Amino acid sequence: MSAKTITADEAVQFYDLDEHAHPEGHSTMLGFWIYLMSDCLIFAILFACYAVLGGSYAAGPAPKDLFDLKLIALNTAMLLFSSITYGFAVLQMQQGRVKGVQLWLAVTGLFGLAFLGIELYEFHHLIEIGAGPQRSAFLSSFFTLVGTHGLHVTFGIVWLVTLMVQLSKHGLIAANKRRVMCLSMFWHFLDVVWIGVFTFVYLMGVLR
Amino acid sequence: MTIPHPAPETGPILGKLSMEALPLHEPILVVTFIGVVLGGIAVLGLITKYRLWGYLWKEWFTTVDHKRIGIMYMILGLIMFLRGFADAIMMRLQQAMAFGGSEGYLTPHHYDQVFTAHGVIMIFFVAMPFITGIMNYIVPLQIGARDVSFPFLNNFSFWMTTSGAVLTMISLFVGEYAQTGWLAYPPLSGIAYSPNVGVDYYIWGLQIAGVGTTLSGINLIVTILKLRAPGMGLMKMPVFTWTSLCSNILIVASFPILTATLVLLSLDRYVGTNFFTNDLGGSPMMYVNLIWIWGHPEVYILVLPLFGVFSEVTSTFSGKRLFGYTSMVYATVCITILSYIVWLHHFFTMGSGASVNSFFGITTMVISIPTGAKLFNWLFTMYRGRIRFELPMMWTVAFMLTFVIGGMTGVLLAVPPADFVLHNSLFLIAHFHNVIIGGVLFGLFAAINYWWPKAFGFKLDVFWGKISFWCWVVGFWVAFTPLYILGLMGVTRRMRVFDDPSLQIWFVIAGVGAAIIAAGIGAMLVQFAVSIWRRKELREESGDPWDGRTLEWATSSPPPDYNFAFTPVIHDLDAWYDMKKRGHQRPVDGYRDIHMPSNTGAGMILSGICLVMGFALVWHIWWLVAASFVAVIAAAIIHTFNYKRDFDIPAATVTAVEEARTRQLAAGA
Repeated sequence: MSAKTITADEAVQFYDLDEHAHPEGHSTMLGFWIYLMSDCLIFAILFACYAVLGGSYAAGPAPKDLFDLKLIALNTAMLLFSSITYGFAVLQMQQGRVKGVQLWLAVTGLFGLAFLGIELYEFHHLIEIGAGPQRSAFLSSFFTLVGTHGLHVTFGIVWLVTLMVQLSKHGLIAANKRRVMCLSMFWHFLDVVWIGVFTFVYLMGVLR
Repeated sequence: MTIPHPAPETGPILGKLSMEALPLHEPILVVTFIGVVLGGIAVLGLITKYRLWGYLWKEWFTTVDHKRIGIMYMILGLIMFLRGFADAIMMRLQQAMAFGGSEGYLTPHHYDQVFTAHGVIMIFFVAMPFITGIMNYIVPLQIGARDVSFPFLNNFSFWMTTSGAVLTMISLFVGEYAQTGWLAYPPLSGIAYSPNVGVDYYIWGLQIAGVGTTLSGINLIVTILKLRAPGMGLMKMPVFTWTSLCSNILIVASFPILTATLVLLSLDRYVGTNFFTNDLGGSPMMYVNLIWIWGHPEVYILVLPLFGVFSEVTSTFSGKRLFGYTSMVYATVCITILSYIVWLHHFFTMGSGASVNSFFGITTMVISIPTGAKLFNWLFTMYRGRIRFELPMMWTVAFMLTFVIGGMTGVLLAVPPADFVLHNSLFLIAHFHNVIIGGVLFGLFAAINYWWPKAFGFKLDVFWGKISFWCWVVGFWVAFTPLYILGLMGVTRRMRVFDDPSLQIWFVIAGVGAAIIAAGIGAMLVQFAVSIWRRKELREESGDPWDGRTLEWATSSPPPDYNFAFTPVIHDLDAWYDMKKRGHQRPVDGYRDIHMPSNTGAGMILSGICLVMGFALVWHIWWLVAASFVAVIAAAIIHTFNYKRDFDIPAATVTAVEEARTRQLAAGA
């Protein structure tokens, strides 16, 4: 299969005559990582807004009046557990066990749902007592930052369910493995963002 | 005189949409609408008559080929350019007329939409598609790749950008556009002062297009990092690829900020939050900061790729290696970083204090240093070169002369005390048109003239090109020098009528300049038409019409679907020049199957649903918002169930194409 290359200087190759196609999805992880960084910037803006506007209570309630740290600690635990269980799913994948992957993904999804449930309960409670997003710039930025994170978790769960269906259809083929890894990055990324939210919004909020 | 209607009632079926939304009382719009409809019917009729729908769908709309997507971006940019320029002409005419008690011919409601739409369209739907189109077409070729890293995403990005443009255009005939200026500062853009749909069109048009821009930025970064031909280290990349890389990094690092900022504005408008309101703790200046944290990098997103174009053109047409390649790369990277720490110079008058203003004034002045280094590099490249004054080189020289003036007025504006005088004046308008027309547009014209033969296999007509060139360059100065003068006299921007009759002469001169530019645009369209008409005479067989230096000239014109039958191996910065100099030989057998991505309609379908969703959001048609939201999620999920996304071009096909190329080369030699 060798082509005749006639180069002036035989040592210099100007064409790769024995090339092989790039493996499918060779750049997906890098691309997804860059996407995550762009998403990170959205959160950065929301954090910045909270930093600037978070003290503008407009004579309304302040974090101390609103945040129930015990509930938030429980909520945080749910999300952190979901990250661990996602890690277990990836370990199962590396050992090639579809069933194990499915099981841990399901557990992850349940933790995610628990997190969302608690968050919705908190939001509902706040709105009920008149501390909705319209009340002050502080509450606008609070609801938007936490809500955007919650929205991401919701999409993560939709993706997770989709992925479970795809795993049951096609098993651990290369494309699916790649998708498991992408969702893994997404999920852990949301965890990291949440640690920021927990610290910056809730813990420092009640200190203020 | 029409006064904006009060916010209409919201119905369950059509939301705020009603017959009232059709601007039947605006004769200009009615005539335009009739023109668009007749033109549209003619185009659609011709497509149907010549049975082109299948061809367009199969070969263009669903294509994942970076070259075709690049061309579609250019067409989008050109169409929107004509719209944006029509707005410019209307403004010039209004300002030249509205003196001595005359109200001109535009109502305030209409005029305010015109200047808003002009800015938005020129930046988002002209400059952005143009540079994305050029980058899409050229970057993979310059790095010896067969396509971008994510071909489907590329198609999707294009259609999202188009959907944003379409939504913006719909506002012309259904409802109204924002009357806020191109950045829609609150509180004016808030629901209290803009209760109608104009700002909503603005928001959703940009949000939909913004998704496309961000994704195409990610796509091109990964392409450049991952798909370079063997041997092409980062410091062996062509300068255009370098500037594209930096520009796309800026896109990914700044468009999410725009997205987030517009989300906050829409929450203020739709949900009643208080981010940027005057009440309950909101801060309008927060918006101004955020939008410029995106906005300043944006101007460098636009101009950096063109700096790359000028580098390629100068080097090619001077017949020399680019002077100071390394410093050029570092200057580009410096500008990339610095562009993030200058945003506050857009509102020195905010009152942030002397120390803050000094910091941003100094960073702004510092950014002129790497830019100056680039200019010297271009000049030294020309120095003792054998310069061929072909059209791309003419545009490059015009750029150097024009852009330097624009840069200097920019440095003037960077001095905070001077800015307090010149802020919001026509001096500023003249300055940024000076850099955007002189830098971005002239660069695009250089690029179009330079790479057209690569894309279509024939050169552009020189005669009409020169007419267009002179009209543009002369017209630019006639149109914008008066604005500098008026700005120094204290005339502010966005005025509809004037009291002082002594100013009128300057606006008339500016209007004449705009007319000369219009002649330049006309000549350019004639140039395209004449060139297509005479394409046989202008045909270019070698694939390398300018004695080029970079890899895109190593393939045929237009390149085959797979770009390169064999991936080139790079030994030197000017890879193709090196290959020519050392007498490389095209391999003429041993072709293999080439793995390529398959076309898909998913991108167009997803973007179409997003367009519907955007329209429904603008008009508060909530059932349609919900339905299209579910539809777009469902369509995206369905698309992920498609695992077979590529195919092989059989070796026999490659052989046939390449043998035709061999015969073509032999005939030309």
